[in-house]
Order: sequence, then C-alpha cells, then structure tokens
Amino acid sequence: MKVAENNSPVANIDGISIKKTRSEETKRAWHRMKRSKLSLVGLTIVVIIILTAIFAPWIAPYPDHASGKIFFDKMNQPPSLEHIFGTDEVGRDIFSRIIFGARISLVLGFTVLSIAIVIGVPLGLIAGFWGGRVSTIIMRTTDIFLAIPSLVLALAVAAIMEATLMNIMIAISFGWWPWFTRLVQGEVLSLKGEQFVLASEGLGASKWRIAFTEILPNCVSTIIVKATLDMGFVILTGASLGFLGLGAQPPIPEWGTMIAEGRVYLPEMWWQATFPGLAILVTVLGFNLLGDGLRDVFDVQVDKEG
Amino acid sequence: MKEFIIKRTLHIIPVLLGLSILIFALSRIMPGDSIRLKLGPEATQQQIEAMEEEMGLNDPLPVQYWNYMKGAFQGDMGMSLQSNRNVAIDIFETFPATFELIIIAMAISIAIGVPLGVISAVRKDKWEDHSTRIVALSGIALPKFWVAIMLQIVFAYWFSLLPVVGRGEIAPTTITGLRLLDSLITLNFDAFITSVKHIILPSIALSIATTAQIMRLTRSNMLNQLNKDYILAARSYGLPKGMIVYKYMLKNAFASTLTIIGLSFGALLGNAFLVEAVFGWPGMAQYGVQGVIYKDYNAIVGVTLVIGVAFAVANLIVDVLYGILDPRIKYDS
Repeated sequence: MKVAENNSPVANIDGISIKKTRSEETKRAWHRMKRSKLSLVGLTIVVIIILTAIFAPWIAPYPDHASGKIFFDKMNQPPSLEHIFGTDEVGRDIFSRIIFGARISLVLGFTVLSIAIVIGVPLGLIAGFWGGRVSTIIMRTTDIFLAIPSLVLALAVAAIMEATLMNIMIAISFGWWPWFTRLVQGEVLSLKGEQFVLASEGLGASKWRIAFTEILPNCVSTIIVKATLDMGFVILTGASLGFLGLGAQPPIPEWGTMIAEGRVYLPEMWWQATFPGLAILVTVLGFNLLGDGLRDVFDVQVDKEG
Repeated sequence: MKEFIIKRTLHIIPVLLGLSILIFALSRIMPGDSIRLKLGPEATQQQIEAMEEEMGLNDPLPVQYWNYMKGAFQGDMGMSLQSNRNVAIDIFETFPATFELIIIAMAISIAIGVPLGVISAVRKDKWEDHSTRIVALSGIALPKFWVAIMLQIVFAYWFSLLPVVGRGEIAPTTITGLRLLDSLITLNFDAFITSVKHIILPSIALSIATTAQIMRLTRSNMLNQLNKDYILAARSYGLPKGMIVYKYMLKNAFASTLTIIGLSFGALLGNAFLVEAVFGWPGMAQYGVQGVIYKDYNAIVGVTLVIGVAFAVANLIVDVLYGILDPRIKYDS
C-alpha cells in the first residue's frame, strides 16, 4: 500500500493523485505522439542510428575500413554495387566509414549534453530557487557565455587545445550549459508558487530538498525535450568543428572530418564529400523531428536554437 | 523610448566586459605554443622568452588585460601572428566582406522565409504547408559547410555558372568595403556584376538555416493571429481574404518575426565561419578561423570581441524596432 510509504497524510493524497494522472498522461502522450507522423519518422530515424552505432562492426560491409589502412587496388572508386557510396583516396569504403561515424557523433552529442546538463541544471535550480544576488551572478554569467554564437565560443576554446575528439567535446560543452541554466531557471520560477511546493515548504522541508526532490522531477520532461532538440545541433556543431580541422583527426571516421578530407578531391570525386553530409542531415533531422514530437507530447515550451 | 535605449545599452556593457575577460583569460592559458609556432622549430628557448617578454606575456594576467583593453579602446588590439600587423587593421579590412555577406544572406532569408511562412499558414494542413514545413525542417538540419560544397559542385564545377571561390578580381574603389555598394557608388558596373556573381553562392549557403527559421516563425505567428477577434471582425465585415492576410495578419505577425532576425544574426555570424572557409571569402570569419589554426590569440580575442559587439548591437536594434512596430510594448520595467 502506498499510504504506508509516506509520513504525512497530506502529501499522501497528493502523491497518489499525481501518480494516477501521470500514468494517464503517459497513455495520452503516446497517443499524441502516434498521431504526428513526422515525430514517428524522427523516432524511427533515431532508433536506426542508435542501432547502427551499436552494431557498426556487424553492419558495415568492410569493418576494417574505419581505420587508417590503405587499399591501393580500390582507390577513388565511384559508387557501385560493391561500394554503394564509393571509396576514398586510399581505397576505404565510404559507406562503412559513415556507419562507424555514427558512433562518434552520438558519443559527442551525448557527452556534450551530459556535461551541459550536469553543470547547467543545478545552476538553474539554484538561480531560480534562491534568487537574490546568487541568481544575479549566475544569470549574468550565462549572458556572458551567450554573448557570442556557440560555434564561435567553441572555436575560441578549441584554439587553446590540441585538436582531439575529447577536447572538442569540452569546447562545445563550455558554451552549451547556459542554455540549460536559463531553461531550468525559468521553469523553477513558474513552479515556485505551485501548491505542492508551498505544501512542502509548510511541512518544513529544506530548500535543497524542495529544489531537488520537488522541483527538479517536474523539470525533467522539459530538460529531455531540450536535450533531444539540442542533440541534433550539438552533432551539427561537432561536425562543423571537425570540418574546420579542430575535432577528431583522420583516420577517425568523423563525418565533418571526412567531408573536409573529401573536399580536396572535388569536383571529380564528388561522392567523398557528399555522403557524409547526407548522414549528418538525416541524423540531425531525426533528432529535431523527435524533439518536436516530444515537445508536443509533453506540452512544454522549449525554444529552439541554431 | 530614449530611456529604454540608454538602459539597454548600459546592460550590454557588463556583458561585453565579462566576455572580454573570459576570452582574454582563455587566450592566455597557453600562449607559449603560439610563439613557438611563430618562430619555427629552430627557435631557441632564449628567443622564445625574449619574444614573450616583448609582447608582455610575462606580466600578471590582470595587468595584461588592462593593457590590452587600454590599447583596444585606442584602436590597438595587439599584433597578429599571422599577418604581423595590428589585429585592429586586419579586422577593419576583413569586416566589410563578412558584413556584406551576412546582410545579403539576411535579405534572402527574409525575402524567401516570410512569404513561405505566410503560404504555409494560409494553406495550413494542405500540401503547400506540408512541403514547405519539410523543406524548413531540413533547412535547419543541413550542415552549412556541406551545402556550400554542394552548391560549389553543382553550380561552379558542373555547370560553370558561378565562380568557385573569392570575391572576384575586378574590385571597385574601396569606400565602404562593401563591394556591391562601392561599385554602385562609383558606377563601376563590371565590378558590380563580378561582385554579384561571387556573392550568390556563399550568401545562399549562409541563408538556408535562417530562411527556414524565419519561415517557421512567420507560420506560427500567423496562425496565432488567425483566431484573434480583429480577424473575426474583419471577416464579418466581408473584407477580402488577401487583404486580411497581408494587411492585418502579416503586419501583426511580422513584429514577432523581427525578434528572430536578431537571433538569426548570431547564427549567421557563427555560420559565416564555415561558409567563408569553403568559399575562400576574405572576411573576418575566415581570418578568425586562420587565427584558431595558427594559435594567433590576439586575432582570436579581437574577432570574438567584435562579434560580441556586433551581436549585441544587432539585438539592441531589433528591440528598438520591435517597440516601434508594436507600440503596446512598454519599456518601463
């Protein structure tokens, strides 16, 4: 029985009624999601890309082509049945490399957003809940970090580090956390006056407890929607930096880096630069569609950036 | 209104100061590298130390920052390691190219994005709506550098319709640095045609994401207007649909669309780094990318600060315009 779990009768009744509406809402949410064809397309794309990334060695027709090996007999072949996206200047199968590239893009997106959330969300909670001078300092700091486009800030950070995948992830995170701080701060401000928060306050819960156990769970859906929408843009930013030569270095099959490598052989070997770009487009589109769908499902207000 | 402008300007100053401290501190974390890169592999430790001393890199960080800012306000942004000139001069020379590209891209975005948004809203849930929305979604998801390369392949390499890189050899006399404008002022039509030809592909590549965003926002703003009382009133008076759409709805929707233009300005500045790199466009963004590659930290600090100022000013202008277009907005908070 659920009643035994809680100490106070007031919170009890609240707790049960909330749980009931939540399960109902999940059903309704899935219904809303199913109705929107574009969100389902997004979901399908994202699932396929995640599976591709996980099972890359088994899906790729030439798994050893993801490395820096050279295959002299297969150099610069246009798309054919054997190599559907053609081969590059050292004879590697571009299709296989794109499949392995999915791993890099997903890891990049996931890492950057994890860092951004771990830094940005607590700061947003503090700024929204504590208010006063602390809030001013935090929010002014986000203003500073958002005073220039995130790509430019990432470039400036990347400049002081060696060009590696890890460093580029740090560089992007450096300018990404303020978005989450702002988002959560706004959410907290609107939740602050809600009954359940006031009830908790009345019961003598500490500020930290209210912030992390009452308010934070109610921000989760907003954070998830924002993170899904941002996933595409982070991947896009990562590929852009890779293209400029600041991210993963060859022979790592990062999509942006692959486009930069293939660009040298234009216009004759057009396939080298073309197909990795399509991979980026499909991936980013997938996450955006899914994010848009989730936004309608959870019915949250999240601004889009990029 | 005047008060509002002053207040907004005063709000910008601490943000830009903070940005300058942040970027300056970042740039000085590893200064040794760039000196080593500049002097080459044969440089002795003494030479490196002498150069560091000469550039004031051994002073405490706050002193360096103070000296830098003092210089910056007098037009001295330190020496660029890639050009051996003052960064301020380099930026002054490259900024117009970037500015011209961004203005043209913005014009394209508005010219295409607003009408498409209107069509999409008026024909809601019809095929016109679905197709423009899918195009817009893809437009946001497209990697800009890749679009740039694709445009190069098709229009420059395959069909040889437009030049692959650069701003063109025939340059007008420099007055503003904006070649389209300069060539018109000096009535140099050869230069004008060359400039137009060279700017078409880069500005299209740059405008795609912004076009998509403006389209999406115009659509949702138009739809917001649909159920308002004044539309109902206009309809009941029997006004023609076209008049309702363009004279009433669009006018009201456009005020909100304007805000995205300020934000888009930032996106355009960021994406200019990619588009300029692909098209060899001799602008400030490319100078910045070169700065990053050569670890030319004075150039990085300079370019970043100029972008911060440009972004802030753009948003200020948009806020002011917004107030003019929508007089209901009060600025007394």
